[in-house]
Amino acid sequence: MEQVSTKNQEYVQETETDSKMPVETIQYIVIRLGKEQYGIDIRNVDNIVRMQHITRVPKVPSYLKGVINLRGEVIPVMSLRLKMGLETDEITRATRIIILKLEQQGNVGIIVDEVKEVVTLEVTDIEKVSYDSKEGRTNFINGVGKHQGELISLLELGAVTLEENA
Amino acid sequence: MDVSQYLEIFLDETKEHLQSLNTQVLELESDPENADTINEIFRAAHSLKGMAGTMGYKRMQTLTHDMENVFSEVRNGNIKVTPDMIDVLFHCLDALEEYNNNIQETADEGTNDNEPLIRQLNDILKQNAAQEAEDVSPAKEPEKADVDGGKKESEGGKWDHIHLDESQIRVIEEAQKQGKKVYGLNVVIQDSCILKAARAFLVFKAVEERAEIIVSDPSAQDVEDEKFDKDFTLIILSDAALEEVVKAAESVSEIAQVAGAPIMLENNSFYHPVAQETPAPQEKQAEEAPKQVAPAPAPVSPDKKSKPAGKAGEKKQAPGKPIVNRTVRVDIEKLDVLMNLVSELIIAKNSLVSSANQSHVEGSGGFNEQIEYLESVTTNLHESVMKVRMVPIESVVNKFPRMIRDLSKTLDKKMELFMSGEETELDRTVVDEIGDPLMHLLRNAADHGLESAELRAQRGKPEVGSIYLDAYQDGNNVVIEVRDDGNGIDAEGVKNKAIENKVVTPEQAANMTDKEIVNLLFLPSFSTAKKVTDVSGRGVGLDVVRSKIESLSGEVEVKSKLGVGSTWTIRLPLTLAIIQALMVVVGGEKYAISLGSIQTLEDIAPSDVKLVQNKEVINLRGMVIPLIRLSKVLDIESSRAPEENLIVVIVKKGDKMAGLVIDELIGQQEIVIKSLGKYIKQCKFISGATILGDGEVALILDANALI
Repeated sequence: MEQVSTKNQEYVQETETDSKMPVETIQYIVIRLGKEQYGIDIRNVDNIVRMQHITRVPKVPSYLKGVINLRGEVIPVMSLRLKMGLETDEITRATRIIILKLEQQGNVGIIVDEVKEVVTLEVTDIEKVSYDSKEGRTNFINGVGKHQGELISLLELGAVTLEENA
Repeated sequence: MDVSQYLEIFLDETKEHLQSLNTQVLELESDPENADTINEIFRAAHSLKGMAGTMGYKRMQTLTHDMENVFSEVRNGNIKVTPDMIDVLFHCLDALEEYNNNIQETADEGTNDNEPLIRQLNDILKQNAAQEAEDVSPAKEPEKADVDGGKKESEGGKWDHIHLDESQIRVIEEAQKQGKKVYGLNVVIQDSCILKAARAFLVFKAVEERAEIIVSDPSAQDVEDEKFDKDFTLIILSDAALEEVVKAAESVSEIAQVAGAPIMLENNSFYHPVAQETPAPQEKQAEEAPKQVAPAPAPVSPDKKSKPAGKAGEKKQAPGKPIVNRTVRVDIEKLDVLMNLVSELIIAKNSLVSSANQSHVEGSGGFNEQIEYLESVTTNLHESVMKVRMVPIESVVNKFPRMIRDLSKTLDKKMELFMSGEETELDRTVVDEIGDPLMHLLRNAADHGLESAELRAQRGKPEVGSIYLDAYQDGNNVVIEVRDDGNGIDAEGVKNKAIENKVVTPEQAANMTDKEIVNLLFLPSFSTAKKVTDVSGRGVGLDVVRSKIESLSGEVEVKSKLGVGSTWTIRLPLTLAIIQALMVVVGGEKYAISLGSIQTLEDIAPSDVKLVQNKEVINLRGMVIPLIRLSKVLDIESSRAPEENLIVVIVKKGDKMAGLVIDELIGQQEIVIKSLGKYIKQCKFISGATILGDGEVALILDANALI
């Protein structure tokens, strides 16, 4: 009995300290792709630029749209829609290129329909999605975040930028 | 003392010293009597020891210290250079390299004490000692004698072992006749002292106030450069009493000890004319000096003394000292930044050019002048930055003689490496990468190329096989050739092996030229060696060589004659960063083609295009050249009507040519090569991208990959 009570006490203390300490939060950039909203971990975002002329590179997978000049650097740009198996991009005034900085591949740009806002999600608001092997194709989502009653699919950038050797 | 900030310099310098040691020891092997070489080795070993000590790498210091002892004995003529000793020394150098690698990776030298090596070194020393009488004479001490810091009084002052040239001896004799006193002075600086050179300088100054310094060992210059261990020896002329001078020197802080005594010229080990006849009264050393030491300096001293300016402190910079490259170490990142700045400048210039072309405003004369000025500035800047990036390939090829020597032993074949053009310069990035491919080719030449001694004798070739490594600049390229006078490539053998390995079918093989067959060697996992050795034959060589060279935008070719030898030719672009290019348009898209590979531009009527084996070719001045329609290669619609004349860019790769059909010509431009990034790498014939004046990105076509 004594043991249990001490455990309980400890538990109480822990929760108390927890409530005092700020909960770990992650900031996401919310983008729109068709009708869905996706979140991109802000730590991986280098830059957001307007749509510009993309120089086509021949003999590459169709989702790779080409390269752009970003302040003297040549950056490859891919279509997130094509990569995720959606229909071709419709370029509008809201279209943006998000430049991601990745450890392995360097900088890569992805085309999105619109950049909406930056949200701060607490870790507890994020529900991890486990990989569904039945689906058969790569899972682009690693979690779903709840923010003001809306659901935001959180992009797994590793999968998004994975090269397909097709 | 925190030395971590010096780590990089230490590593670099250690590498340099090790390289120099390797080269010099190799030289010593072929010419054991060469005093210059021995001196150079001693110097390098000494600095290495000093550096390792400063950085606190005790094991490294111990090993170099023992090596230095051996070198110093060799220098003093007490030990003869033997092949065994050379082997031990090479092992030591390998061990030092290992330390250095450990330090590079972990900032720690590792725990390998290399005791066997140290024992071997000491054995060499002991052998020598055994040959002599039991009394180990002080004359045996190395000249710099950093071994036994301050305990020298008992054996006569260090000043008795200083090299004195004739003019110095004469000065001393003269002074003694005039009644001036000549003293020897040994100054030991405290171990904890950080600014040794500064302390030494203060001692020099203090002594100079009261006396005239005739000789300093190490030389004043070396002392100033901190090239001494912790003590230095002076010979001075003075009217003052010895105590006064000693006191003056001792008054400098951080000086551990100052010892002095009047000089007896006849005690000096290098004062042979007298020493040979007069047995010194007070020290046993004098008896040995003529016996053991006097013969030694004979080869050393003449050229040390040949310098007419026998002034004090000049002794160490004897004419025998080879010219050392004076280099400025520049962080490669800083260079890259500089390079980027230049790139941007060029881009700015290009945009000016394009806006000038567009506007055609009146009175734009001044504007054009500005552009011309800007152009000359950027071109100059480009050239100078390029030069900073250029390093001689020497740094890479220097290790090869040693490698060939080792190979010669392991393979038990006699061979010699002849190198030329080591001073040929290449971009630093290329030089760093070129070492491995060259090593592969050399190992191949040594293992497969050169025949066994019996076969060579049968063929009437000299017993010692020759391998050549020649580098030279050829236009915008640097060519490196690896040549051997060995067996050459057996095309028949390669063909059979290829068929056996199912690389080609027998039918295909029958139609192949010898050249095509030899090129099969570059395929992955293709080895013709009958037996796999340690050296090569595992079939992971040549394809790696080729892919490496190609990744540097170079190419490799082989020419071979059975029984006569083979030549491997590596062709590399001089620089990778900025090139002259021809801008062309294909299907509305702009592309750049490197001017280096372009031969001519041709205007061809559609009727002149012929079909051979269902492939389009043109007959250009007697040459049949295949056509490549870039629009097809690039998956785009050509904007030209089929009945219009074709614009053809004739490109050349080695002895192969091709005509690239384009839609429009823009002109020649200096372009800055940018990488497409790691993400896009599937495309073989796009070698990179460049940013045009209007900010647009244009891709660079690799004509070599298209042919």
